[in-house]
Amino acid sequence: MLRSLQIVATLVLAWLAVFLQAAWDGFRPILGVQPDLLPALMVHTALRTHLVNVFLLAALGGLAMDSLSANPVGVTSLPLLALGLVLHMRKELVLRDQPFAQAVLGALAGAAVPTLTVGLLLSLGHEPLVGWGSLWQGAVLAVWGAAVTPLVFRLFGALEHWFGPAPAGPGSFRPDREIRRGRV
Amino acid sequence: MWKRSHSVALGLLAGLSLLLLSLPEELAARFKVAFGALYLPLLGLAGAAHQAAQETAGLMVSRRELLRQNEQLRRENAQLRLETLQAAEWARENARLRRLLGWQEQSPWRDRLRLARVTLREPTPWWRSFTIDLGSRQGVRTGLPVLTPEGLVGRTSEVGPFHARVVLVGDANCRVSAQVLNVTGDTGLIGPAGPLDRDLVLLSYLPRTAVVRPGQAVVTSGLGGIFPKGIPIGTVVDVRPAGDGLYLEARVQLAAPLHVLEEVWVLWP
Repeated sequence: MLRSLQIVATLVLAWLAVFLQAAWDGFRPILGVQPDLLPALMVHTALRTHLVNVFLLAALGGLAMDSLSANPVGVTSLPLLALGLVLHMRKELVLRDQPFAQAVLGALAGAAVPTLTVGLLLSLGHEPLVGWGSLWQGAVLAVWGAAVTPLVFRLFGALEHWFGPAPAGPGSFRPDREIRRGRV
Repeated sequence: MWKRSHSVALGLLAGLSLLLLSLPEELAARFKVAFGALYLPLLGLAGAAHQAAQETAGLMVSRRELLRQNEQLRRENAQLRLETLQAAEWARENARLRRLLGWQEQSPWRDRLRLARVTLREPTPWWRSFTIDLGSRQGVRTGLPVLTPEGLVGRTSEVGPFHARVVLVGDANCRVSAQVLNVTGDTGLIGPAGPLDRDLVLLSYLPRTAVVRPGQAVVTSGLGGIFPKGIPIGTVVDVRPAGDGLYLEARVQLAAPLHVLEEVWVLWP
């Protein structure tokens, strides 16, 4: 139940985040680039949930992004999937409960997903706007990823806390009241 | 733990992505429009919120401010009517001279404009585009010019029933043949400048001998068949030789503020 809720919440959040990215100008006039929440969501999904969720987020999040942007349809799913797979395969080696580790992974994901997407676009023969300014945009997206990934972990932690089963209490067993049978 | 089902899912997703990427352009656009329909409720909600905000703002404007704006608009209206009279006279004279010279008459495009609201902007940093609230149901089709009173904005692409994407000037998918308003009327091709230069575009392939100076106006040349001649694009900022000195390249400051536009005009065929 909680697992289904988690993936539903992830997908709804991805759907809304992509819409907000397109509908609200946000930081674009100041930073020159619109922050992206999908890499941070993918880091959380890959480290905390099942591989199926990674597939779902890569497919639906990527398609949502491509449907609202001028990207060719399907181009965002592959970088997201690559990121999710690598993180999921190595999740036992990552200190995923540490906010610092989350921030570092968020920064790497924030820079890696757009880089892979642009690489894919170039290899497909498209002409995305790329130049020295892209380095600045990549840096901004990395910083954004580092800032927002620990928050995503916190948000889903809180969700788990609210909707998950309550932890078992100490119970009524008391060792000092135990009746010992047999010879002492 | 990696399972067989994971391999199947991975194969399916990768296959699906590759299939979508290899779809013909028209089919891919239809798929995008169909998937984008998931956002129609949110778009409706955003539109209603925008309208409500405007109405609320309208209610809060004081009577004095309204009177001042009214007076200003009256004056502007009177001035524009005078200019229209003069323009109508020029149009008559133009038509008469065209007839005398045996040239084909051009239909004026000011009567074929239709207002559209910008609903969504491009979420990725490597394209220049936005979405407007007119679609195929209203008669929009691919390749219609989009402009504002300040100047050229772009052209339509990926048209859905209720929305259409506008590829902006400065995107690699919206090349415009342009003319510098200098003595020789040199023409070149408008293309993207850089990822962070949102108000600048590059005017390339100007002749080596062209006398192009900063401050000169750049308009559409009418070549290419999409954009009518004479729509303002911007003004020249600077010029430098390019292509190993084979041609000149000018940076052009766009006339229309593309990143803050809320309403645009679509030019019907």
